[in-house]
Amino acid sequence: MTTTTSHHPSIKKYLAVFGALLILTGATVGVSYLHIGSIVITVGIALLIAAAKGSLVAAFFMHLMGEHKWIYLVLALTAFFFLVMLLVPFISHFNDYRI
Amino acid sequence: MTSHTTTLDTVQPGELPYAKLGTWLFLASEVMLFGSLFSAYILLRAGSATWPHGWQLLNIKLATLNTVFLITSSVTMVLAYAKIQNGEIGKFRLFLALTILLGSAFLVVKYFEYSHKFHEGHFPSTNLFYATYFTMTGLHVLHVIGGLLVNLYFLFPGLKLYESSPEQFVGRIECSGLYWHFVDLVWIFLFPVLYLL
Repeated sequence: MTTTTSHHPSIKKYLAVFGALLILTGATVGVSYLHIGSIVITVGIALLIAAAKGSLVAAFFMHLMGEHKWIYLVLALTAFFFLVMLLVPFISHFNDYRI
Repeated sequence: MTSHTTTLDTVQPGELPYAKLGTWLFLASEVMLFGSLFSAYILLRAGSATWPHGWQLLNIKLATLNTVFLITSSVTMVLAYAKIQNGEIGKFRLFLALTILLGSAFLVVKYFEYSHKFHEGHFPSTNLFYATYFTMTGLHVLHVIGGLLVNLYFLFPGLKLYESSPEQFVGRIECSGLYWHFVDLVWIFLFPVLYLL
């Protein structure tokens, strides 16, 4: 079965990513039990780990490594508008407006 | 087969299939949908005088178990795609069935989490925390159900397409996989934001 062996490397890669995702899940849960006082550090670590996990899923499972240029264009536009939307709450600070 | 579908579905190597581009455009709109909820969450939490930590009110162990279920289902989904690319139908169906099983396990755990909350008298109307928790996880649960239905379709009646047009079928599994991984990706962010912070 030559076709099977040709796909073997990618299956090993998927399993390696699987292992990394499980380790990172353990890490993010473990860190949360430490109850670090600083909000900035707590949120920073949690988002960093989530971003790492998300990048692994996108790069390997969604095959974003080596994708077509049109898909990168769509994603670049999405990322831009997504960031704009996430920054909207911070406008409230400059507006001196509180809920 | 008409010539119209041939031009749409016959793809040269290196060419971008329309279905895949369409799926990514759909996922872009999904990013904005969930992004608006995350944005609202930041605004509400930052603007509230008090906000409980997720781990004080929610069950981290169940949520961790659910994280493992969804991550594993992403692996089985990508393995199903690798198998159908190789033409190994039996293994493809096995991995797709495992994906559906793991997705269903996620829903069962979520059902227990929700019913426990309702039993305790916690509803979306209870406070801002529960309002955001139920809205964000509820929308995510709907997405899981949607993904399960699509995969169920390809496991049983949709599999017919493989006989007549295997390339088209492989393309559909790729798109279904992209959506399923996106659902996993959303949970990867929902889990720390709602449960751990």
